[in-house]
Amino acid sequence: MLERFMTGASTYSSSVDHLIFLIAALVGFWLIVAEAFFFWLMFRYRYREGRTSQYVTGEEKELKRWISVPHMLVIVCDIVIIVGAVKVWMNIKQTMPPAEQTVRIYAQQWAWSFVDPGPDGMLDTGDDVRTVGELHVKVNTTYHFELLSRDVLHSFCVPAFRLKQDAVPGRTIRGWFRATRPGTYDIQCTQMCGMGHGVMAGRVIVETPEQHAQWLQRAANPAFAAQPAVSPSAPSATQGAQLAEVRP
Amino acid sequence: MTSKPIATGRTAAGLPTARLVVWWVVASEIFIFGGLLASYVMHRLGHPEWAFQAAHTNTWAGAFNTLVLLTSSLFAVLGHKAADSGDGPRAARLLRLTALGGLTFLCVKAFEWTHEIREGFVLSSGGFWSFYYTAAGLHAAHVMVGMIILLVVAADAARNQELHRVECIGIYWHFVDIIWIFLFPLLYIAR
Amino acid sequence: MSATAVHAEPSFFRKYLWATDHKVIAMQYFFTGMFMALVGGFLAYVFRMQLANPGQNVPGYGVVTPNEYNSLVTLHGTIMIFWVAMPMLIAAFGNFLIPLMIGCDDMAFPRINRLSYQIFFLSAVVILSSFFVPGGPFGGAWTAYPPLSAKGAYNLAPWGASVWLLAVALEFVAFLLGGINFVVTTMNGRAPGMKMFDIPIVVWMIVVASIIFMFSVGPLVAGAVMLLFDQLLGTGFYDPTRGGDPLLWQHLFWFFGHPEVYVVLLPAMGIVADVLAVFARKKLFGYRTILYTTWAVGVLGFVVWAHHQFVAGIDPRMANVFTVTTLIISIPVTEMCFVYIATLYGGSIRFTTPMLWALAFIAEFLIGGVTGIFLGSSGTDIYLHDTYFVIAHFHYTFVPIAIIAVFAGIYYWYPKMFGRMLNETWGKIHFWGSIVGFNLAFIPMFMTGLAGDPRRYFNYSQFAEQATPALQHLRMLSTGGLLIFIPFQFIFLINFFWSLRHGKQAEMNPWHANTLEWTVPSPPPHGNFAEMPTVYRGPYEYGAPGRAADFWPQNEPAYNLGGDD
Repeated sequence: MLERFMTGASTYSSSVDHLIFLIAALVGFWLIVAEAFFFWLMFRYRYREGRTSQYVTGEEKELKRWISVPHMLVIVCDIVIIVGAVKVWMNIKQTMPPAEQTVRIYAQQWAWSFVDPGPDGMLDTGDDVRTVGELHVKVNTTYHFELLSRDVLHSFCVPAFRLKQDAVPGRTIRGWFRATRPGTYDIQCTQMCGMGHGVMAGRVIVETPEQHAQWLQRAANPAFAAQPAVSPSAPSATQGAQLAEVRP
Repeated sequence: MTSKPIATGRTAAGLPTARLVVWWVVASEIFIFGGLLASYVMHRLGHPEWAFQAAHTNTWAGAFNTLVLLTSSLFAVLGHKAADSGDGPRAARLLRLTALGGLTFLCVKAFEWTHEIREGFVLSSGGFWSFYYTAAGLHAAHVMVGMIILLVVAADAARNQELHRVECIGIYWHFVDIIWIFLFPLLYIAR
Repeated sequence: MSATAVHAEPSFFRKYLWATDHKVIAMQYFFTGMFMALVGGFLAYVFRMQLANPGQNVPGYGVVTPNEYNSLVTLHGTIMIFWVAMPMLIAAFGNFLIPLMIGCDDMAFPRINRLSYQIFFLSAVVILSSFFVPGGPFGGAWTAYPPLSAKGAYNLAPWGASVWLLAVALEFVAFLLGGINFVVTTMNGRAPGMKMFDIPIVVWMIVVASIIFMFSVGPLVAGAVMLLFDQLLGTGFYDPTRGGDPLLWQHLFWFFGHPEVYVVLLPAMGIVADVLAVFARKKLFGYRTILYTTWAVGVLGFVVWAHHQFVAGIDPRMANVFTVTTLIISIPVTEMCFVYIATLYGGSIRFTTPMLWALAFIAEFLIGGVTGIFLGSSGTDIYLHDTYFVIAHFHYTFVPIAIIAVFAGIYYWYPKMFGRMLNETWGKIHFWGSIVGFNLAFIPMFMTGLAGDPRRYFNYSQFAEQATPALQHLRMLSTGGLLIFIPFQFIFLINFFWSLRHGKQAEMNPWHANTLEWTVPSPPPHGNFAEMPTVYRGPYEYGAPGRAADFWPQNEPAYNLGGDD
């Protein structure tokens, strides 16, 4: 349902969307009931000539029930929501399915850079591919990411994946995702990080294994390193990356 | 000088207003120091190597200062008793002795810090020392403020005026003392 | 005993600038808060114009650079919370109302009261000066997370960052001092006969808010000292390269930051409670329930803070604990809302301007409250954190708190404060224009937030998923809403200042209310009461059976059955 607002392109994006929908249904119900009752009371008890107010203390048993019963029902709704939230959270943040690939993500003022393990599948070996602004991943493959910051707090966010994780300098924070749909998706920084916070754009390029292999081959080519690491699909080498170089 | 409003004198809750104020001040300060010390403890637990830094503090000086503050608190208590029995001049003398204890404390601290700074341990020398100087410094600032208030209250008490304030400054001084009693083991004792 | 004994008439300086009279101090806070609201509102105007027309010249300002944008949103948030909401709700109304409502002549410690305003005034000067320091004002968000806030090399505004921090620290000191008077005067200064449960709700709320503030701000004061030292003295409390931890600041900040929302919510709900009772001519439904839920909210408010930090790098297991506590706290707050709504039952409602504002508070705050659930639920917060959904949520709570409830209070107590009536027609025009503008500004933000618009972005051109015409139209709609809202505030200002001189003279008790402030002249003289009152009943005896009048002032002796005012 949220897909009308934002594509869902990971295995857990729909679980987040369903939770949003569940909460919307429950709180929406209570909001409408409360507002409707509220406006009805305003109408019903508006001042009329000759009609005085009643002396109601709120301690009367049958009136108190009008509060305590909705109160109980709200508690039940809260419990339902808590259960839903914990399930979604545990799946995304507390458990990591076995990695088929690992990538490293660097956040800095004001650009994203990435390290792909290369054909040998291992990080920190000679064939690693470094990119700026673009993360290439294979569709239907479980990725672990290692998120680091080189300076201040940033936050790695891929809305289409429903993925968000703050990057904290001094730490390596791990997470995971599994993309389900080929395409190009925005990476946003979602933690205020200074002047270039709003131009620290990146792209996740989800491709088939064949496309990914082709990209790797091109990347391993020394001539590749000489070109700026942006494809025609991305906007001109992100302002953020430029700012990253000119930053004092 | 405006006369006091009726509001100051009322005690609808049964407690003298001035004492309520001091407790309020003390409570807010407890949370300030509490936040600082909790942060320190959390850091210390994650940095066992800070114990080596803490070994450079002068534990004897710290222990002596603890004794000094406790003694000065004793004088404050005696001063309160004197004020209760209406003996303003005696209360004033005892408050001044309390302040003298504070001065002694500050002198010892100055001696410690001079020595430590000469050895190269300053505020920016690393995590432990940052906390050490900040916490002890904040405490010392409270000692200074406390001393000033002690002398002001003593001046009034000597003329048998505002004797109820003797108890109030006493409560504040005990709080300053208690904060030190937490600081001393946390900052000075290496293990 | 008379408190309005004849003194020699004090000089202008003594009376207005060096005053200890709680009513004058209240006005000092009041007008400072109103001025700062104009500043904060102007900042919002500028950045919303940038969002509607990115890169274009903003009339009255110029072109907004990315750095300036960050400073605009930072100072907007900081000013609105610390220099508008708190002074208006707690210091202005608290100072004016508490001695009057509890039946005494001033606060318990008038000189500490004066000092609290002076420090507050200084803090306002300091924050405004931050606009003019080298490097410009601080732009690291009102949350000021280090390392960005700690190092000038990162935030490019080292002066601005320290001046900002200093201003906030001074404001904290001012309110700690102010809190002394609110709490102590209410506890001890009550008129004879006024028991704990006879205290008007608004007074209770300001007292509880002061207590919450006092407990929550302490650790942040320590944290602010540490941040200041990191900025200026080379310490590394929050610097991971020096053994420090950026997350420590976050915990200290939000340990304060979450209770802070209740610090401002409670007085707002207090104002609304009193206005509702008077204009529905009804006893508050469940006075004790309101008190118990208030205390529950106050306590629970201290154990929810990390819901602001779900994705910040905290242990993921902790997130579950905070989701539970956060959802639990929705229960007493919901109960308070239900009780307020129930107060209308059996009433005889007059839709005066203050009542319109009070009713709008409930209608709008309900939206704010339910949208908070999306954010308190950890699983959904992953997506919604730092998006416009958050902005929409907290404006649907903060605007009712800091603007709607404040207007309810102003329209209600203006006659008592200034001895004149505000114009009702213009009041209603102000109300409706503001409500339309407010909702038009913020409803689209729920949608842009769900569509992935991040906060604190000066434009979205770099992001294919956000740089769509549909989303830009929604952003322009939001700006349009603000542009509707703003002119109506000028209508209010004109009404306010015009009525000071030309408004209808106010009687002592134009609203036929029960509380003690309505038993003294409008405006009250120095010393408040010619004769100190005695209290015989609670504040909400409206519609009491067996009386000719539908209200029953607190100070009317019990044998005066069937009397009118």
